[in-house]
Amino acid sequence: MISIKINGQIKELDVDPSTPLLWVVRENIELTGSKFGCGLGLCGACTMHMDGVPIRSCITPIAAVGDKEITTIEGIGNLNDGLHPVQQAWIDEQVPQCGYCQSGQIMTAIALLKSNASPSDEEIDKAMNGNICRCGTYGRIKKGIKKASELAIINNLKISENG
Amino acid sequence: MGKWKRRAFISAGILAGGAVIVGVAIRPGNRASKVKNIIGNDEDAVFNVWLKISPDNTVTAIIPHAEMGQGVHTSLAMMLAEELDADWSLVKFEEAPAHKQYANYTLIDGFIIGEKKIPSLLQGTLDGAFLALTKKMDFQITGGSASVRFTGVKGMQLAGAATKSMLKEAAAKEWNVNVDEIKTEKSILSHPGTNRSAKYAEFAHAAAKLSMPGKPKLKAITEYTLMGTSPSRFDLPVKVDGSAKYGIDAAPPGLKYATVKASPVFGAKLKTADTSVAEGMQGVQKIVVLENAVAVIADGYWQAKQALAKINIEFESTENDQINQKSIFDTYGSILDEVAEGKNRKKDYKSGDIETAYSNANKLIEAEYKVPYLAHATMEPMNCTIWFREGKCDVWTGSQNPLGFRGAVAETLKINDDQVFIHNQFLGGGFGRRAENDVSIQAAMIAKDVNYPVKLIWSREEDIRQDVYREATISRFKAALDINGMPTAYSNQYLIKHHPAEASQIPYEINNKSVYYADGKTHIPWGNWRSVDHTVHGFTTESFIDELAHASGKDGYEFRQSLLQNNPAYLKVLDLAAEKANWNSELPKNWGRGIALQKSFGTIVAEVAEVEIIDNEIKVHRVVCAADPGFAVHPDGFIAQIESGVIYGLTAALYGEINIENGAVVQSNFHDYQILRMSETPKIETYIINSGTAIGGGGEPGTPPIAPAVANAIFNAIGVRVRELPLKKADLKQKEVIG
Repeated sequence: MISIKINGQIKELDVDPSTPLLWVVRENIELTGSKFGCGLGLCGACTMHMDGVPIRSCITPIAAVGDKEITTIEGIGNLNDGLHPVQQAWIDEQVPQCGYCQSGQIMTAIALLKSNASPSDEEIDKAMNGNICRCGTYGRIKKGIKKASELAIINNLKISENG
Repeated sequence: MGKWKRRAFISAGILAGGAVIVGVAIRPGNRASKVKNIIGNDEDAVFNVWLKISPDNTVTAIIPHAEMGQGVHTSLAMMLAEELDADWSLVKFEEAPAHKQYANYTLIDGFIIGEKKIPSLLQGTLDGAFLALTKKMDFQITGGSASVRFTGVKGMQLAGAATKSMLKEAAAKEWNVNVDEIKTEKSILSHPGTNRSAKYAEFAHAAAKLSMPGKPKLKAITEYTLMGTSPSRFDLPVKVDGSAKYGIDAAPPGLKYATVKASPVFGAKLKTADTSVAEGMQGVQKIVVLENAVAVIADGYWQAKQALAKINIEFESTENDQINQKSIFDTYGSILDEVAEGKNRKKDYKSGDIETAYSNANKLIEAEYKVPYLAHATMEPMNCTIWFREGKCDVWTGSQNPLGFRGAVAETLKINDDQVFIHNQFLGGGFGRRAENDVSIQAAMIAKDVNYPVKLIWSREEDIRQDVYREATISRFKAALDINGMPTAYSNQYLIKHHPAEASQIPYEINNKSVYYADGKTHIPWGNWRSVDHTVHGFTTESFIDELAHASGKDGYEFRQSLLQNNPAYLKVLDLAAEKANWNSELPKNWGRGIALQKSFGTIVAEVAEVEIIDNEIKVHRVVCAADPGFAVHPDGFIAQIESGVIYGLTAALYGEINIENGAVVQSNFHDYQILRMSETPKIETYIINSGTAIGGGGEPGTPPIAPAVANAIFNAIGVRVRELPLKKADLKQKEVIG
């Protein structure tokens, strides 16, 4: 049995230790917000946080998680209990198109804003460059990040996993 | 069924009766009763296939198109709500089930007839014929940028207007007043003279019993209050918290997972598969050997993938094993040599006397252009979940053509269509790929002998290597310039024509034109790729026109202007793009602007790209787009689609290349099939012209002009004419000194 802490809960799992975190989360824990895109850590659709740091869950074996805490898009905020400022900014700026890559984009954006409350264009480019969007929503993602940054500064909030 | 079809056919004719417009939704005795059981509760009054009004006064738009990012659920609902005078805050949507009642024959109308006016007397007959045709073809397609321009205009707006008219009539009867005195606003009927008002829902049942008006009056553009605004899209909230369900997220009880490896050489059959090691691996449920592929069903995707890797597969060798990219282009070159001699060619279009014009030319220009195969690479890899038990089959997938998938799965499983239930999910990108039914057929083959649900997921490698591809092709041009540098003759000879038929046409006034094409059959499967043939011809024709401009010593923008004097709609779009891009302003050394113009799917788009060449690298800084879609129903959504089309086209222009080696695709994942990233994304500005002509598409028209705009900008920056895509292969460094 492998035990992991995910979105504040402990899960006991009977899985092969080499199984990538992505598949355990999607199939065993049944949280499907994190997406499969490439399987090689090239596109960022599977991005989750491990102790607050963005990781590519499609190439992270479950055995490598240990006692570190995993956060997925479902742990950030939701429509019923309230959206995270970054999620709200994504709606305000009408960012998604097909939406498939957006969980990964949002997780990467939150990690950026946690460490840099007011990033420049270049800093946003650098942080987001590992996340592919095939619909080409990059311009709006950038606006969404700036909007979230403004919202946080106006409301004197510090961006974290919990909003 | 036969009787119903005849009745629909005849009633359409009577209804039309000289009217210019006929829609599926406005036939009396039409589909309402048939579809009632599928989409409505007993208390809902279903007016027709496109909308229902519930007792709580909400209006639900039933939309027969898949949501793949284009915001179609929102814009089609807006078109209905506008004509209905519905309260937008009470408007909801449902995606239509894959049922033949939704066969999308307005799409066929748009594609087969194009934008020509149909003679009013023939209207009913033609629509009847289309209905029969599309029923046969099982059409319910989302593609061709067709949703708004066909379903929206011919279905949703008419349905909204017709329903409003019936509601007013019902209220007038009950209140015993003149129908013209009834006002409608925000889903409320009112009669100011007698100070009465009622919610739409109160008259819904009475109205549903009335016959539908044959010719409902549509609003003028100046009367719109909702269309032309940009309300928040319906589909976005679920796309920011991970709750949106895509095909790959389907989770019926007892689900198992499968993955597959098919023959890398298209069409080759399986020879042997040694499954001995894989069979004993943990979690493996079943190994399925198909004619051209091997699949593993396991408890999880990872286990299936690991086991598949342990199967030693050999495929039969075929004559295609020797084919590579060079041999394909060599063959194409030989075919075009024959076309030049008048052999094996097909006429695309022709006007004037080209030979005389050539012999009188002051200057002749010739050039050959080449474009590669392209894969779709949707973010969501191909997948399909099949649950086949007790003679019926449930299917979960994201499809641009759910009715087509239904038929294909039914045929594969040898059951009736009505025993297949398609649960269409959000599409993680479509771009044409998800109109193909190959994956659903393969999934059905894999899952047909087990009684539990199986989710087939393709690896990214399989997704890139088993795609249907944008055609690789060659275009050979020749043009004559007169003594003033104006073109007097133009010819283009190219390979392979799919559609739209007009994609190879140019809008410029040149008296003598001759365009021929030839077939070029390979074993590489073809598929619709965002804007289809326009992606080829946009690049080749708009680059060549730019060559003519420079050969005549003129600026690319002014040259185009001079050839569009009798084509004001194009000229207006071209001028707006140039103006907004400050076309004549100075740029630093090694910077350049390029312009390109292409009408596709009913929308004229001009783009100006601003690029910088740094060493051998191309940096696209800014793209200015001007677009005339007739009328942008949801301007922000339209702009988003143009931006998307530019990025999709720019990825292809700069990097996109699928190569064939030993009969198979070389590329496999995002490391060798490179996708544009945020840091490479230009600033994009989009300006809309609402000219009031027939509404054009949004999903595709942004794509064709970007490759030539960038290639023309490279020429203006450093004097190098790039005639082959992708641009990353061009040698820009050595010639920099010339520029």
